[in-house]
Amino acid sequence: MRYALGGIHEPGFGLRGGLNNLSSDAQDWRYHSDFYDELIGPRGGPRAAARRLWKYLRRLDRGELVERRDACEIAALVAGISFRVYHDEGSADRAMPFDLIPRVISLREWEKTRLGLEQRVTALNLFIDDLYGDQKIVADGVFPAEILAGSVGFREPCRGVQPRYGVWAHICGSDLVRDADGTLYVLEDNLRVPSGVSYMLENRQVMKKVFPELFENIDIQPVDDYPARLFDTLASLSPRPADYPVVVVLTPGMFNSAYFEHAWLAQQMGVELVEGRDLVVDDDNCVFMRTIHGLEQVDVIYRRIDDAFLDPEVFRQDSLLGVPGLMRSWRAGKVGLANAPGAGVADDKVVYSYVPDIIRYYLDQDPLVPNVPTWRCSIRSELDHVLANIDQLVVKPANESGGYGMLIGPHATRKERDQFKRLIKADPRNYIAQPTLAISTCPTLVGSQVSPRHVDLRPFILSGDQQYVTTGGLTRVAMRAGSLVVNSSQGGGSKDTWIVDTDGGDD
Amino acid sequence: MLSRVAENLYWYGRYLERAEDLGRMINVNAHLMLDLPRRLAPGWGPLVRITGSQALFDELHDSADERQVVRFLLAEPRHGGSVLSCLAQARENLRAARDLVPREVWEQTNDLYLMARERLAGQLAKRARHEFIVSVICRCQQLIGMLADTMSHDHAWDFILLGRYHERADMTTRILDVRSAHLLRGVDNTQPFDQLQWMSVLKSLTAYQMYRRHVRLRVSGTDVLRFLLGNPLFPRSVSFCLEAVAERLHALPGHEATLVAVGRAQRMIDQADVHELVDGGLSAFVDRLQVELIAIGDRISQTWFLTEASE
Repeated sequence: MRYALGGIHEPGFGLRGGLNNLSSDAQDWRYHSDFYDELIGPRGGPRAAARRLWKYLRRLDRGELVERRDACEIAALVAGISFRVYHDEGSADRAMPFDLIPRVISLREWEKTRLGLEQRVTALNLFIDDLYGDQKIVADGVFPAEILAGSVGFREPCRGVQPRYGVWAHICGSDLVRDADGTLYVLEDNLRVPSGVSYMLENRQVMKKVFPELFENIDIQPVDDYPARLFDTLASLSPRPADYPVVVVLTPGMFNSAYFEHAWLAQQMGVELVEGRDLVVDDDNCVFMRTIHGLEQVDVIYRRIDDAFLDPEVFRQDSLLGVPGLMRSWRAGKVGLANAPGAGVADDKVVYSYVPDIIRYYLDQDPLVPNVPTWRCSIRSELDHVLANIDQLVVKPANESGGYGMLIGPHATRKERDQFKRLIKADPRNYIAQPTLAISTCPTLVGSQVSPRHVDLRPFILSGDQQYVTTGGLTRVAMRAGSLVVNSSQGGGSKDTWIVDTDGGDD
Repeated sequence: MLSRVAENLYWYGRYLERAEDLGRMINVNAHLMLDLPRRLAPGWGPLVRITGSQALFDELHDSADERQVVRFLLAEPRHGGSVLSCLAQARENLRAARDLVPREVWEQTNDLYLMARERLAGQLAKRARHEFIVSVICRCQQLIGMLADTMSHDHAWDFILLGRYHERADMTTRILDVRSAHLLRGVDNTQPFDQLQWMSVLKSLTAYQMYRRHVRLRVSGTDVLRFLLGNPLFPRSVSFCLEAVAERLHALPGHEATLVAVGRAQRMIDQADVHELVDGGLSAFVDRLQVELIAIGDRISQTWFLTEASE
């Protein structure tokens, strides 16, 4: 079904022939998406929360739109918003594609989602704490022992550790997608070292520079308090009672793809950005950093290094990125670590399929934000279903992130599907499958034309002495037509995300 | 402040200064080539020697003509001492320490590198080259100005300035050495172009105008050396740079050993006999001075940086 937005350039209307360029500056606002669209409703008009934005955009002609886009790109380039992409010839900085048309969500919908995310992360933390403690959920038969036994994220050295507040995943990034009927689903939880929050905040800075008038006229909820909330969350983990605990961000270094974010967060929180070689653990299990004044004790580490590289004494011995003795210190309660080592046990995609059960088990509540229906190849009957219907499913390995190693059935060749069937049969525990959702789109400026592109949403949930959910999150957009891959490492871009108080209702 | 970050800031200061000094050298050389009679003109070869990259240059090029030398000094990616490499290094060092400087300084440093990379991607005509270099110099100066007036004069600032003046002292000695080499045939100012050539040494360091104000005599080798080594007021003289280094050191914890090293270099200059230097002793003198400058760098690194601090 094709529908017109009309207005500046009605289809079929306008001068033809030689005079056509008189109107060529007008943006063609015939916008149509075959999917649920974040801004435009089924009858072609903007959704309530996006009404003022759309009205504003429609007044811009093609040249003005492109001009604003260029202004955004320059602002992003000057700010050094970049990430590193790895390829055969080494790594290079690349500016993250940014789209100037924001994604808009009504405050009322967001409030419901926020509660669902809080519920989910609360349950996940109880789950992790249980797994490293008494494992009641396994004893009660809700979570299978063999799944736990096969988990690559489970860290034996974490058994018996009791982190403060029982919280293991202090910073969680959960990916949400919207299906055809408008329901938001959780697609996955990132409990290890989720990234992207700096783009969320920088995108807002860029938008404020380029569209100041929109922020004056629309009631857009601010996002800027994230760094302060993050600092409070980290400070609440300090083992030393002090007014000003020493917090640091631990980065693998400048060549990491998320280094920009590590540096950015340290700067925003006003704490040191350290590398493994800056830290040392003494015989009393205290952690110190090397400064120009000598050694200074560290209370809390926001580590952006994977478990495996964290401490060569305990995990990978060849790690040059980590800090020898860090696990000793953490287990002795001399330093706070966020996220706690071993938290990744719960972001495995097989565990994901159990999250609704986990929520019911620990909280005795129904999940407020649903999971995408998921088949577990570890279960015989579900495996058969997956193999028989692979051309309609998305198959994902349990422990890969960044969109690597997955099969999108409808887009794959027969050869690729057969190859995946063999992979699944060889290691069923390592695979899950989900239906291909009709993931929602958002109007996106491609070239000089506004076209629908698929988007997801990554909110960030902080847990410490209190919980906090970002206002919205990072909207990632697949810049290629029809593509569902939003990962920055594979050419995805991002948008600003507006939570708008409409005072009215949803449409 | 983290030792590693102190090291990054020190090198940021050094690379920024190095890029600026290289730019000045290239532009001044171009002027000299126009001013001096052809048989006395310095040519472009000395610039390669000043940056200590003769071997690499010879490997890449067969003749030291203007186009090749300038390209090598401005944009050669394999040459770690090219202006573009220096700006890239300045940017990478600051990237690791960007949380300590005002955001605008990072943005401008980043932009300066991106601008240089873009401009140097194609061929630069001579006039465009001059303008490009002037803009690099101005923007380096602008960065230092922004830092001076927008960032707290804390230890981060101390390390940037430490790097800046240490580098400048090093550069001044190098330029003196190479530029004066063919002038050191005894004190004989009657030769018609000697005065012109000593002026060229001054100009290489943007020192001519200030020299005239301070010395108010005809340009002579001994006066030029005395001025460039020991003048306490001219900010590119070795003495001034060492004094500026000492001033920064006083603010830093545990500075005693490094101050002693600076004092040794300073004493060398105070006790230098310029007549003897003009008489052929300059090259050996500069070598010894360089050793002292390296010693200062070693003390700095042992005292505050990570490389030596990890016992």
